[in-house]
Amino acid sequence: MTVTAPPTTRAGAGGPDLTRAALSGRRRFSNHLATVAIWAAVGLAVVPLALVTYTVIVKGAGVMSLDFLTSDIPNSYRREGGGMAPAIVGTLLITGMAALMAIPLGVFGAIYLNEYGKQSPLARLIRLMADVMTGVPSIVMGVFIYLAWVLFVGQQTGFAGALALACLMLPVVIRSSEEMLRLVPDELRQASMALGARKWKTTLTVVLPAAISGITSGSLLAVARAAGETAPIVIVTGIVFAPNSNLFDGFNTALPAQIFRNASQPFEAAQDRAWGAALTLIVIVLGFTIIARLIASRFAIKER
Amino acid sequence: MTLTTKSPDSRSTLAQRGGSALGDRVFSWWTLGTGLLVLAVLGLILITTVREAWPAFDAMGLRFITERIWDPNPATGDAIFGALSFAYGTALSSLIALLFAVPVSIGIALFLTELAPRRLRGPAVTVIDLLAAVPSVVFGLWGILVVAPALVPVYQWFHDVLGGVPVLGNLFGPVSSGRNFMTAGIILAIMVTPIITSISREVFSTVPRADKDAALALGATRWEMIRGAVFPHSFGGIVGAVMLGLGRAMGETIAVALVIGGSTNITANLFAPGNSMAAVIVQQFGESTGTYTAALIGLGVVLFAMTVLINVLAQVIVRRAEARMKGSR
Repeated sequence: MTVTAPPTTRAGAGGPDLTRAALSGRRRFSNHLATVAIWAAVGLAVVPLALVTYTVIVKGAGVMSLDFLTSDIPNSYRREGGGMAPAIVGTLLITGMAALMAIPLGVFGAIYLNEYGKQSPLARLIRLMADVMTGVPSIVMGVFIYLAWVLFVGQQTGFAGALALACLMLPVVIRSSEEMLRLVPDELRQASMALGARKWKTTLTVVLPAAISGITSGSLLAVARAAGETAPIVIVTGIVFAPNSNLFDGFNTALPAQIFRNASQPFEAAQDRAWGAALTLIVIVLGFTIIARLIASRFAIKER
Repeated sequence: MTLTTKSPDSRSTLAQRGGSALGDRVFSWWTLGTGLLVLAVLGLILITTVREAWPAFDAMGLRFITERIWDPNPATGDAIFGALSFAYGTALSSLIALLFAVPVSIGIALFLTELAPRRLRGPAVTVIDLLAAVPSVVFGLWGILVVAPALVPVYQWFHDVLGGVPVLGNLFGPVSSGRNFMTAGIILAIMVTPIITSISREVFSTVPRADKDAALALGATRWEMIRGAVFPHSFGGIVGAVMLGLGRAMGETIAVALVIGGSTNITANLFAPGNSMAAVIVQQFGESTGTYTAALIGLGVVLFAMTVLINVLAQVIVRRAEARMKGSR
């Protein structure tokens, strides 16, 4: 921060020294201190991420094998070996079903907010409540689905887990899709309307395709988030030791629930399985996240 | 709508494209319905949980939140369900989490908006995104098997050094295991850092360029510019961000359930095991019946009410702050 132009000064003074060297020691010190603290904060965020990733990869790789991915879960935590196939099947099916329910509904909700409701009081209320719903603890959502669905059909099923995850995903999908719809230029809507298309046709064939990449990536992030949710799965799906591909009948399980159950066991075999499940889960979640980022960066709405 | 076209049948062609007005009406009602789903779900959560928790509220009355004893299966007499110990655990672990997470998050947000060289900005954002992407149960697993055992000597050291000091001695009491309030707070801090960071960053980026330039032009150092131009402008937004982080920390279930230790306990000792409302529900829901289940659902109702309250307040604060900032730009 050097000053090249001659400073204008009051008559009599020799002209203030505006270079960095003229700063008082205290000011310079506090500036340095703040800079160091800010860098340290960034370091503090990197450390746990690096440690978690490192531990999960090292411990998970120790048990990872094709056998681990395809074997049934041992029905005793104490027993060595076995795998996580039922949990992998459960995670994919339950999360997939949740996405099937939450994404279309969420996108239509977003269409209401951005194309119809706009700034009306109702739309603003829904927007606020969607944000609030994002903050509802997943355990509360689990209890809710238990009361509203599991008690109703009389059985813990994979579908109940999917319902809970869908409720958790819905507000995220709504809000992220709305952001994307907002980026669609109004000229596109006007052009379509001018050609005589009805509003619903404009929305479905012009606005939605223009925003689809952003909506997809936002939805995938929501799916990734939901795939790691544990508490509702523990409460509403029960537990199985062999793969159950029927979401509507019989208990089910998922990777997060297995990590939770195995992690709290004192047996090394169970803890190993937890690490293996954690590695599998992280790979699945990161897979969704990376695909989402790729879609977002590749097909982003072009700035005009 | 006046049509000035030569072809006489153009009016009907225009009207028919995309079907009749009925399609429009059906579509708008359908989207409105999906939008209302959010309100419906929130309303249903409130109604069903309160209804199912009623037996416990009825049996305990106000003692449900003022009683510290939680004894579902007493040797004699009626079961006692007091949520106070768990509410204390939730509050204490969240408070510890904020104590660690808020300065770090604000630091990272400042780094991203004011300090970072262009080529470091991308990687730093990626770190935060990845931190947010790691499922909470993985943090819990890491917490119970790696962090908790590793921190025992550290806790012991703090207890040895500060245990004799009058007030601090109560906070840094005897260490029984690595699974305690402090570990829960630390794990929670890692988990709420991304959310506080990303909102603080948005708030910081709305500070007008002119304000910052003016501060620098007056000879302020970068830190003085941050203190004088950035912080006053974004105070409301930061408060909102911290509250959203608080809401997240209070509702976090699995990681806390794994590392908080699982004992019904109110103590100032940060190194003592405790429990939180969310954790109790997931630990005990499967083995409960009757009033016991109702009491656990009651915990959920209290948790739901508190998080909704905090989130509504936080959203309103953030929105107001952002609106004001946009106006001043």
